[in-house]
Amino acid sequence: MDESFFQTMKLTFELAAITTLILLCISIPLGYYLSQTKSKFKPALEAIVSMPLVLPPSVLGFYLLLAFSPKNSFGAWLDESFGLRLVFSFEGLIVASIIFSLPFMVHPIQSGFSALSKSLQEASYILGKSKFQTLWFVLLPNIKTSLLTGAVITFAHTVGEFGVVLMIGGNIAGETKVASIAIYDEVEALNYGLANQYALTLFIISFVILLFVYAINKSMIKSEFR
Amino acid sequence: MIRINITKPLNTADGTIDLRVDKEIKSGDFLTLFGKSGSGKTTLLRIIAGLEMPQSGTIIVDDVVWFDSSKKINLPPQKRNVGFVFQDYALFPNMTVRQNLEFALSDTKKSKKVDEILQMMEIENLSSMKPEHLSGGQKQRVAVARTLMTNPKMLLLDEPLSALDSAMRLKLQDELHVIHKKFDITSILVSHDISEVFRLCNRVFKIALGNITDEGTPSEVFANQNLSGKFKIVGEVLSIKKSDILYVVEVLAHNEIVKVTAVKRDIQNLNIGDKILLSSKAFNPILTKI
Repeated sequence: MDESFFQTMKLTFELAAITTLILLCISIPLGYYLSQTKSKFKPALEAIVSMPLVLPPSVLGFYLLLAFSPKNSFGAWLDESFGLRLVFSFEGLIVASIIFSLPFMVHPIQSGFSALSKSLQEASYILGKSKFQTLWFVLLPNIKTSLLTGAVITFAHTVGEFGVVLMIGGNIAGETKVASIAIYDEVEALNYGLANQYALTLFIISFVILLFVYAINKSMIKSEFR
Repeated sequence: MIRINITKPLNTADGTIDLRVDKEIKSGDFLTLFGKSGSGKTTLLRIIAGLEMPQSGTIIVDDVVWFDSSKKINLPPQKRNVGFVFQDYALFPNMTVRQNLEFALSDTKKSKKVDEILQMMEIENLSSMKPEHLSGGQKQRVAVARTLMTNPKMLLLDEPLSALDSAMRLKLQDELHVIHKKFDITSILVSHDISEVFRLCNRVFKIALGNITDEGTPSEVFANQNLSGKFKIVGEVLSIKKSDILYVVEVLAHNEIVKVTAVKRDIQNLNIGDKILLSSKAFNPILTKI
């Protein structure tokens, strides 16, 4: 096994881990808001969050490519203000992955919040607890399985992402070349052996992660009913 | 003293109705909001708790303004210092019984008060259990115990006993009565069980389609006004059987089955399951010490 293989795998899982972590931070407030709000803009917001589910990844990648390009105003502003170039860079991949995986994290969290009896929240308010205290001590602990589901699906989805990554990241070894692209690359080069090595590794690691999560989930559900 | 004068449109199965209440509730009262589902009784309770906002009006409790639509004052539920027992009890599933009670406290001086209340409600043995493993009656006790942690001046009870069997209901009614007296709390109970009203409350608001149609003591509201009965028991009709020229009606009154004779006129509008008031004025009931 060569060094570039490990580099690519490391990059892939780094991307997935960072994306999952950031999305968890974004999706808890967003999912909470969506489960609570009666605003007339809710359907619009829900549609935007869900767009990546139906949009071809190449469409999303194309527009992100345009937006992040230093030749356009937004990309130029990012470059000038923060020195941030999101095209063909690892940072760009993270931003694109966050947008692309958003519904996979928000949906389970939102439905987790919605499934909780409203009286739990109201009881906490009546006991004098603030919205934040209620969210932290009452609501979040009771949607643990939704949080775990969201995190796992997001992680797996980011690992398996192809279209958006290819559009916005290209194929730069050590910077933007992730495993799914490497497989395509090796197949193109008729290098089936290495392609198989990537594919099998992804296959096994994905299975082990899911196995681990379902095992934890089962014991979590059990302990709640003990 | 609670001075409440509010309106709020309600969406019910029969279309939109207006909840209109203009009443005073005396401190220390045990009041029932009595009415069919959809009449607005639970909404009124939730408005008092601050969980729902009236469209207009005022709520003033002991000279403190809780709600005033013209001055845009609406005290959040956190600041009203009420206790609320929900129909589903709303115990936090992630916490043990003890943690549920502790959560109600601001974190200083924890365990002493928790122990006191656990002991008073006779639920010490449940303290390390999670709510899932409690029976309905136990959950209800924990829910009441939790509301007492904040020393509320008002206890709001949203049909808290409706899911329990009758023996447990009677026991908990007694406990609620004791708590009401001991803590000198103003209690407001939403109920559609007449026997519960008679056992617990000294005052009733009868609500129909958003309006309070009748108020008074339970016997004033539920008894036929021109009946000067010497004793009255609320019961439920279990069976009606014909016996020669008379009818025998079996009535469940406070866990006892009583047989009462009736003539055809009496039973014409009577169906099995109806709530009835059993009263007597023609003979002296026999009192025997047991």
